[in-house]
Amino acid sequence: MEVTAEAKRIMVVALGKLYSSRTQRGGLRLHRSLLLTMVMKSARDMYHAAQETEWAAAEEQQPPTEEPTGAQIELQEGKPLTSPGNEVENSPTMLRRDADNKENMSPPRPTQHSRKRRGKAAVEPDFLPCKKAKLEQKNVPQQLILSTVLLCEYMNCSSEVGAPPAPMPVQRAIAAC
Amino acid sequence: MGEDTDATPTLNHRGFLPDHNYVTEADIISTVEFNHTGELLATGDKGGRVVIFQREPESKTEPFSQGEYNVYSTFQSHEPEFDYLKSLEIEEKINKIRWLPQQNAAHFLLSTNDKTIKLWKVSERDKRPEGYNLKDEEGRIKDLSTVTSLQVPVLMPMDLMVEVSPRRVFANAHTYHVNSISVNSDYQTYMSADDLRINLWHLDITDRSFNIVDIKPANMEDLTEVITAAEFHPHHCNLFVYSSSKGTLRLCDMREAALCDKHSKLFEEPEDPSARSFFSEIISSVSDVKFSHSGRYLLTRDYLTAKVWDLNMESKPLETYQVHDYLRSKLCSLYENDCIFDKFECAWNGSDSVIMTGAYNNFFRMFDRNTKRDVTLEASRESSKPRAVLKPRRVCAAGGKRRKDDISVDSLDFTKKILHTAWHPNENIIAIAATNNLYIFQDKLNSEMH
Repeated sequence: MEVTAEAKRIMVVALGKLYSSRTQRGGLRLHRSLLLTMVMKSARDMYHAAQETEWAAAEEQQPPTEEPTGAQIELQEGKPLTSPGNEVENSPTMLRRDADNKENMSPPRPTQHSRKRRGKAAVEPDFLPCKKAKLEQKNVPQQLILSTVLLCEYMNCSSEVGAPPAPMPVQRAIAAC
Repeated sequence: MGEDTDATPTLNHRGFLPDHNYVTEADIISTVEFNHTGELLATGDKGGRVVIFQREPESKTEPFSQGEYNVYSTFQSHEPEFDYLKSLEIEEKINKIRWLPQQNAAHFLLSTNDKTIKLWKVSERDKRPEGYNLKDEEGRIKDLSTVTSLQVPVLMPMDLMVEVSPRRVFANAHTYHVNSISVNSDYQTYMSADDLRINLWHLDITDRSFNIVDIKPANMEDLTEVITAAEFHPHHCNLFVYSSSKGTLRLCDMREAALCDKHSKLFEEPEDPSARSFFSEIISSVSDVKFSHSGRYLLTRDYLTAKVWDLNMESKPLETYQVHDYLRSKLCSLYENDCIFDKFECAWNGSDSVIMTGAYNNFFRMFDRNTKRDVTLEASRESSKPRAVLKPRRVCAAGGKRRKDDISVDSLDFTKKILHTAWHPNENIIAIAATNNLYIFQDKLNSEMH
């Protein structure tokens, strides 16, 4: 339990830092972004590993949703959580732009692997906004509460660095490259 | 190692309001470097300025003022710029200064910000010509009817003036942020390293550079490590080393290939699986690498340790020194307050027998490689009255046995960090940058290296 709580906290803080680094003077720091991404990855892996043992212990074998939930991490990274449709459309464009323009300074994201389907272990956990409604009736109340708590935590995190800017400036900057 | 270090008056080369803890961000020192003789000391700050200090010659009449450093010259090296293509501001903060070895009366140094390296010439003028035929003393054109005879202008002494001029600007060669520059022992070339590439320049040629290391992956999604520091070997002009965020060092030989992506030697210590944590990657990232003066050893600094490597042994470091191991249990909070990303530098003394690096609470540490003794000292106004002897400090781990004057880990001030330190090339004189203050300490009792 401690591990999962700590892992979540670390992930939320990492996202907040990655988000705020976009508005930092001097541009994105590649080294810092890379380290934050690695911390987030290892926290996420540990979280999943802990979750797995938890689920196995609780004997709830309902398969988690397998859809490409990685796209939702892109939502998390600096974009308002309320416009998922917009972001998913734009992400392929952004990826293409990234491939075309290697000098793009956007931080390396773990989310860009999201386009492939992944195994159970790598599925995004419940605290990230889910596009599909949850099917697991049993767990719904608990997960909703968890999601709300963490959503608030994340929003607080980003609001500490000022009002989250609209997604447009980032894309405009990339388009300008 | 003599711990009886006399403190010369602290040189507060910027003002700061004594009533508040407010520090102008532009005054924060970002780099410190002695020149090859130790006569000059250069500092760069976040505002893009460079201040050069010169050591006063020792005088017999005033023994206590011997060897003090006073301001020699101040100039604006870099200005903030805006990259219109990427809509990014380029900070004017001076990341590194490196002196060229002196070859004539003038001094030359390289200074760099995130994108542009500049070569500056620092020269003295202490004579000026007087007795012009067509101009008078103030420079006004003379009325020709008053000129009755011709004279030859003579050089007359004047008050010393230090002139600084930019001789070369090496721009547009780095996509990522420049973290290191290093002058080659051939005194003709130098390298500049950013997160993913290292370029080789000739000091006289500004419109092109050679790329000698490129670790950028074809797909940026596959990026796993970046270059954190790089330095040329002090004697072998074909060898250089660069450190990575994964904690590895790579020694490269420029004779092997034009592009030194393949290393000659890879220095890596296997990770201790029992010490694995969320933050293992962050704390293993090497923040600084320095060759010893002999060229035989490498000194590296990561977040918690300083390591000495033997160039002949790649499998593990020769010596590992714990700088502030009491922070190991505090990594989560240091991560939240961003301190875990701090990049500490490290330094050798002239004889390679002692290494030095900074820590928090304005503490800095020195480790004697021979006696295995270490000391923690503090750079602060309170403890650094002129000619006062610095008192060794001790940090006790939480719950440990506490002596009088010890500081507990929880009362350390993490905003007071010593990231930049420098050691005089020959003598026991050290320069410590503590935020916006520069401290220079001299070891009067043991002035010679031992």
